[in-house]
Amino acid sequence: MITLTPKRAFKVPIEAECIGPNTFAEKSQAEIAALPVWEGNRKRALSELFRIEHKPASSENPTIRISGDVGKVRMIGARMSSGKIIVEGNAGMHLGEEMKGGTITVTGSAGSWAGCMMRKGTIEIKRNAGDYIGAAYRGSTRGMRGGMIIIHGNAGNEVGCFMRKGLIKIYGNVGQFAGIHMKNGTIFIQGNSEGRAGAEMLGGKIILCGYIPSILPTFTIDDVKSSVKINGERVEGPFYRFLGDLAENGNGKLYVSQKQNTHLKAYERFL
Amino acid sequence: MIKNGSVYDPLNAINGEKMDIIISNGKIVEEVDEKKARVIDASGMVVMPGGVDIHSHIAGAEVNAGRLLRPEDHIKDVEVKTEITRSGVGYSVPSTFTTGYRYSRMGYTTVMNPSMPSLEARHTHEELNDTPMIDKATYPLLGDWWFVLEYLRDGLIEECAAHVAWMMRATKGYAIKIVNPGGLEAWGFGRNVKSIDDPVPYFNITPRDIIRGLCKVNKLLNLPHTIHVHTNNLGKPGNYITALETMKCVEDLAEEDRPAIHITHCQFSAFKGSDWQTMRSGAEEIARYVNRHNHVTLDMGQVVFTDTTTMTADGPFQYRLYGLTGNKWVNHDVETETSSGIVPFRYRRKSSVHATQWSIGLELALLIKDPWRIYLTTDHPNGAPFTTYPQIVSWLMSRVARKMMIKRISMRARRNSLLPSIDREYSFYEIATVTRAGQAKALGLKQKGHLGLGADADVAVYNVDPKLVDPPKEYKAIRKAFSRAAYTIKGGEIVVKDGEIVRSVQGKTFWVDTKLSSPMKPTEDLKRKFREYWTVEYENYPIPEDYLTASAPIPVEARI
Repeated sequence: MITLTPKRAFKVPIEAECIGPNTFAEKSQAEIAALPVWEGNRKRALSELFRIEHKPASSENPTIRISGDVGKVRMIGARMSSGKIIVEGNAGMHLGEEMKGGTITVTGSAGSWAGCMMRKGTIEIKRNAGDYIGAAYRGSTRGMRGGMIIIHGNAGNEVGCFMRKGLIKIYGNVGQFAGIHMKNGTIFIQGNSEGRAGAEMLGGKIILCGYIPSILPTFTIDDVKSSVKINGERVEGPFYRFLGDLAENGNGKLYVSQKQNTHLKAYERFL
Repeated sequence: MIKNGSVYDPLNAINGEKMDIIISNGKIVEEVDEKKARVIDASGMVVMPGGVDIHSHIAGAEVNAGRLLRPEDHIKDVEVKTEITRSGVGYSVPSTFTTGYRYSRMGYTTVMNPSMPSLEARHTHEELNDTPMIDKATYPLLGDWWFVLEYLRDGLIEECAAHVAWMMRATKGYAIKIVNPGGLEAWGFGRNVKSIDDPVPYFNITPRDIIRGLCKVNKLLNLPHTIHVHTNNLGKPGNYITALETMKCVEDLAEEDRPAIHITHCQFSAFKGSDWQTMRSGAEEIARYVNRHNHVTLDMGQVVFTDTTTMTADGPFQYRLYGLTGNKWVNHDVETETSSGIVPFRYRRKSSVHATQWSIGLELALLIKDPWRIYLTTDHPNGAPFTTYPQIVSWLMSRVARKMMIKRISMRARRNSLLPSIDREYSFYEIATVTRAGQAKALGLKQKGHLGLGADADVAVYNVDPKLVDPPKEYKAIRKAFSRAAYTIKGGEIVVKDGEIVRSVQGKTFWVDTKLSSPMKPTEDLKRKFREYWTVEYENYPIPEDYLTASAPIPVEARI
């Protein structure tokens, strides 16, 4: 196991694409210490910012442990394909970007863009996350294409933007535009949504167990379901099922809890 | 002094002879003092004139909107700053500096920016000023320019010519560009023209009148290049007929050997069939016509399977493309002048339409017998970014390379493709023709595209030995050599060595300075129209010469 401990509190953003099991694999401690990172516009060696402890690997141990607040450190675990990262504290933006496998666990919160463009693997965030979870790069239409993101707290806006496959589970609340442009895959939200869920979605499923102020006018009610299945797991309802986004000729499914959303009762007369 | 290279200089009929090229003060000269000269040993290398690109969207409002539209295109291709070069981004729409560097690395020294809405001329020249390493010029879009339409409707050819001469000077342009004549004006009303005899709404004029009229204007003004035409119905199955009609309609205006019309990115105008399902190649028919007539020049507009950004002034075409792809789309109406559109696009091997397009471009280049009449382009970035030229060179030079790709394309496209039946393979001499000499000749650039005495010292040296390397078999070596020039010499200075920039230079901007016996006097009517219809006043419209960092006017004596 390799343990990284921040030597000081970071003030400016740090780009540390190198922190990942793939880059660390088969490198000596000295080589790891010399890996380049950017602190603002200054190039630094990893050891200038972190204390690095190298313990002989045993198969059960995670590969990398970061103990301390690294909320300013971006791109942790970017493009990793195997192994494990544990962040004991907060993580910065672009956590697990384009990740192809392995697991990342964050005991604190994570910044925006966590798991964006990821293909496989698991990201678990014990507290909150920022915007654009599992999203596509700006301008691109290729969002998350597989894997799983679990957030125990709240998430920001545009969760699963341009998502194509995979699962995002959020146990807290979400901001606006959850599942915007999504093509396929599943987003499960235990808490409330600030609205506009599923805007411009073409396919896939959004399950909302909490309150939503209103449903977009381009969605049409289809049915009331007693429960929904997520990867074989049953979530008890009942749920209104909306189809949309019709503005895009989409065929996405938006499940919204009946009990929490009594103001949507008016839709029932269209059934 | 470049010693012992195998020189390919088609304009001077030099085919692979071992000879020395001597340069002094930015020009090719006969001799210098050998002891004092700096010698480049090019033994075992190919020496060609610097590359010339007749059609590549590298600057202007449209390109810049494309840049804004595609952050995802930038992140995948980033160039880091060095001591000599500046940083930049972009794969299909690179930033200006990167554009210059990348062209130079491939041995190109002159590039033409083919579509400039006149209103955006200032912006275009600002970007061209910031494009280093290459000489450049730009063509203003005049095919849907209100004044031109009005003059031509009233049959006032000479007045139209005088107006175009003023426009060339005002916008610092080089040639008359016509895009979907009449169609862009119709697009202002949400319509398009369907053939070259379909009248333009409110103007009572047909695309045929516009093409013929501007062709006559071109002749009257003695402009160095012909009219540069993007045909009607571009990118529609069955449009090869429109392309043939467009070429036919100026047949009688041709003079002896001088071409009268340049059909640009012809691949997009050579579709046969009635819809996308039956879409096939019309390259054979076009090639047959071009082989029989010598008033036409073409460029390929080759497609390469990659992710790119399409951008043209042809608004209605881009709207259809948006409908086909559902991708993001920019649509713009440039006041009374033209329209434009941008849609990102991915050409896929397994799509029969895209694969057929790929095949059409190569079929055109291989079926047209005279390499002086067809030029290598991708209509950057519409067919593919210009960085794919080396790959296209390898396809032209090698049947095996083509076969390798044919194996991987869509079944239907493979069945319909003529490529397997074509044995022709380009020689280095022909490659030098389609990538430089022919283009320079068509553009009327007397100092470019050759290595004769007095020519500009723009030279490209490629590290491939024509005696040892057999291009049809070793196409990979060809591709590698052409993507990284061993040396690029621009204006007598070594700017690239072993594919890396060693010196950054500012290229010139050419424009045509037409001398008329009686120059156009701005009438009150003209000023009034500018005041009423344009956001820019007549007085502010022309671009002063000192706005160009390195202005290079080409004086032309008009016939009127």
